[in-house]
Amino acid sequence: MRNLMKWGATAVVVAGCSTFAGQAMAADPIKIGSILSVTGPASFLGEPEKKTLEMYVERINKEGGVLGRKVELVVYDDGGAGEKASTFTKRLIESDKVDLLIGGSTTATTMAALPLAERNEVPFISLAGAVVIVEPVKKWVFKTPHTDKMAAEKVFSDMKKRGITKIGMISEDAGFGKSGRDQSLLVVKSYGIEVVADEIYSPKDPDVTAQLTKIKNAPGVQAVFNFGFGQGPAIVTKNFKQLGIAVPLYQSHGVASKDYIKLAGDATEGVRLPAAGLVVPDQLPATDPQKPVVTAFKKDYEAAFKSDVSTFAGHAYDGLQIALAAINRARSTDKAKVRDEIEKTSGYVGTGGLVSMSPTDHMGLSPSAFHMVEIRKGDWVLSN
Amino acid sequence: MFAAFLQYLFSGLTSGAIYALAGLGFAIIYNASHVINFAQGEFIMIGGMATATMVAAGVPLYLAIPLAMVASMLVGVAMEKFAVEPARNADVVTIIIITIGASIFMRGAAQIIWDKEFHSLPAFSGETPIAVMGATLMPQSLWVIGVAAVVIVGLWYFFNRTMFGKAMLGTSHNRLAAQLVGVAVKKVLLASFALSALLGAVGGIVVTPITFTNYEAGIMLGLKGFSAAVLGGLGNGTGAIVGGLIVGIAEAMASGYLSSAYKDAIAFIIILFVLFFMPSGLFGKRGTDRV
Amino acid sequence: MNLMTARTGGLAALAIVVAVAPVGFSNSYFYDVGVNAMFNAIVCVGLNLLIGYAGQISLGHAGFFALGAYGSGILTERYGVPAIVALTLSAAVVGILAFAVARPILKLKGHYLAMATLGIGIIIHIVLKTEAGITGGPDGMSLGNFKMLGFTIKGDQMWYWVTGVLLIFAVWLSLNLIESPVGRALRAVHGSEVGAEVVGVDTSSYKVLVFVVSAVFASVVGSLFAHKNGFITPDIGSFFGSVHFVTMVVLGGMASVYGAVVGAVILTLLPQLLAVVEQYEAMILGVIMMGTMIFMPKGLLPSLMIKLKSREAGR
Repeated sequence: MRNLMKWGATAVVVAGCSTFAGQAMAADPIKIGSILSVTGPASFLGEPEKKTLEMYVERINKEGGVLGRKVELVVYDDGGAGEKASTFTKRLIESDKVDLLIGGSTTATTMAALPLAERNEVPFISLAGAVVIVEPVKKWVFKTPHTDKMAAEKVFSDMKKRGITKIGMISEDAGFGKSGRDQSLLVVKSYGIEVVADEIYSPKDPDVTAQLTKIKNAPGVQAVFNFGFGQGPAIVTKNFKQLGIAVPLYQSHGVASKDYIKLAGDATEGVRLPAAGLVVPDQLPATDPQKPVVTAFKKDYEAAFKSDVSTFAGHAYDGLQIALAAINRARSTDKAKVRDEIEKTSGYVGTGGLVSMSPTDHMGLSPSAFHMVEIRKGDWVLSN
Repeated sequence: MFAAFLQYLFSGLTSGAIYALAGLGFAIIYNASHVINFAQGEFIMIGGMATATMVAAGVPLYLAIPLAMVASMLVGVAMEKFAVEPARNADVVTIIIITIGASIFMRGAAQIIWDKEFHSLPAFSGETPIAVMGATLMPQSLWVIGVAAVVIVGLWYFFNRTMFGKAMLGTSHNRLAAQLVGVAVKKVLLASFALSALLGAVGGIVVTPITFTNYEAGIMLGLKGFSAAVLGGLGNGTGAIVGGLIVGIAEAMASGYLSSAYKDAIAFIIILFVLFFMPSGLFGKRGTDRV
Repeated sequence: MNLMTARTGGLAALAIVVAVAPVGFSNSYFYDVGVNAMFNAIVCVGLNLLIGYAGQISLGHAGFFALGAYGSGILTERYGVPAIVALTLSAAVVGILAFAVARPILKLKGHYLAMATLGIGIIIHIVLKTEAGITGGPDGMSLGNFKMLGFTIKGDQMWYWVTGVLLIFAVWLSLNLIESPVGRALRAVHGSEVGAEVVGVDTSSYKVLVFVVSAVFASVVGSLFAHKNGFITPDIGSFFGSVHFVTMVVLGGMASVYGAVVGAVILTLLPQLLAVVEQYEAMILGVIMMGTMIFMPKGLLPSLMIKLKSREAGR
């Protein structure tokens, strides 16, 4: 047994040394560490994020790197588990000695990694949605995606505009849907809207007509709002059509990828959702500063991976650009200086919107970053 | 009121038939070998993924389906030959770990061979809901229920009317005795894996238009299928079907009348209660221990 | 030299390994992995009493682990209860819960028992996920350091030594239990339950006892894990967690206390080692699991010991 344990320990040491050796040879690269949920239930977040980071790091290195130094990316897959995220973050900070962290595909993995970044004073740009990540502000932690609260507000203001006052909610019981539902319930009243039915489903339920029937039969429902991502919303959408529910269906930004339309097919006709400009680059007015950025990113991504771009990939792109720009401005990888520069990010035009951070706002996106989009004949149509 | 109840029932039948099909695979392998195959869900996933990706690549459905079934069967045979057969005399728990290892391997292979995205298939007979007294049912749900019914009749015929089926049943009751009367036990075990992998693939193909599929789809289906098989009584095909339907309907009724957040928990509480009073499931034979 | 069979010898060897391993640790990440390995080892030592000695499977122990973690989290963070009191209270509640469900559940056999324990684990997981008002829901909850008598356990190094001592204590405890009349009765239960009953062993009480002991082990480790990690999500109580624990026990070697430790250490280290092979991780892990069980059906440690012994005998 002693041998076995030693074998394990030495194997870890060897693994550790080899990465150290790699670092020494490459003449001091800028090291970016990333924990992403590449497998597991959140893999449709982590997978495009990883691809995006790898593609752009490779491209930047081809163009000579940043500050004349190569950029090195270390990615670990946390499988969506908070505990793994915490251990891998420690590994990135302690063993790989990264200069900066990008990642945490989900709120849970971000929250697991967050205390480590704070304690070790490493700048950390999260790719997860929940508002708790940056409210209250944490010194070393930033994030690029829109919050679930912003999405809810966008949806509710659209409903208000259409005179909807009573809605049914159906949310997934996993992290994204749960947090989205809670945020929605917090802000819904200020739009004069009442939630008359509040139903839950599991992401892997084969059928949710029972929940939708309950919503359908709730008195006075004028619209239904579904918070979730993955195959869940597609099943909700299909069942919604099956039951012939006549009110409008709203989805969250979690479904802003072509996969959703592909899965749910014709049932998506008329579904409304808040989404970043990235999903409708051609329809943005020529005056929109985001237009060239999102058009270029969409083209790059789809050419490289032969699959439709999703907003999640965009979050990773924004995170990387903000980080590298900050390093560029700081003229070094000194963690404190880089952190200060990230906080000073101003007027960055990203795939998610215009980003201007401040000491009190570590996300920096304005609500105008969202557009209301409607699905018409299997494609997104801007509807503002 | 009645329309709502009927809709809950339809919802439960749709899920329940899916669970039942998954449960049947467990029952067959258990029948022949007393092994619980925790990779059963992966057979379902392979059937669904193979068909969906082939159809997406332009292969016609009538060709993709048999090909996917053959692929899944080959995987089942390989698993029996290389992973289960060599450990045949090991402890029950040891074999459980082997089948869990196999399921992890298959998931890992699936995400490399295919991808991590969700795939779907067009519904076999359109997407026009069938209205019944104020409730609606999708034609694909009828396909699932129908296939489950056909499978159960087929299995009954196989196990009771064919020589090979009887040999399989005999092997499960007493392996040594079966061997003594000339049953090729090894062949029987191999056939049981082939059969349940085939069945898994069929299940995967008919449910994909409803639930979609990806490389991890087998986890949930395996778990629910195992629950269905145990609730019904291990090794009993009818039991697996009834167990699956009970779980599905319990979930739907729970979300309709109690709490949708706790519907899964309610289904498991029902299973626990049944087991407390009927320790061998609904249709299982009361086992006797030999000293 | 036969260290392993002599109780003190084995314990001393374990203590030496725990003490010497940090020589190869170059930073706190290694300590972190070491602590996690030993946490898992303690749970597995407890679970092994149930699986290896009493021959009863449980696919729900991650649920008890999560209850311990959340018990500590909720009591210390929301009610300001001192950490050690919270740990003890949680363990007591888990013990009582385990006791309450043990009798009806342990009447079940084999796969039916697996199903029932699986159900209990899943129900616990769902409750933790759903009652967000208390548990924080799927996004998890944070909690502070473990403080006791003005002393704070913090940092991976300190946790390493504390956990090391606890592991040795847990192994000692379970060795004692196995050598006691209870242990002998348990082995009789494993051999043949009916036979044991016939000769007058009260099998069900013994089974209930180990079930409760193993659940309490899991709960205590859960509490410590929560403080050490500082952040917990309901997923620590998922079905996968339970399967993971059982795999550790079976892979390391059933009915072998040290086997459970070895299994836990290996399966904690593997994902760290396999992180470099990225997408092939799952396939390799699956092959290792299948291969070990096919070629060493009794588990790593017992199979190695048998080989070692037969070689010595041949000499």
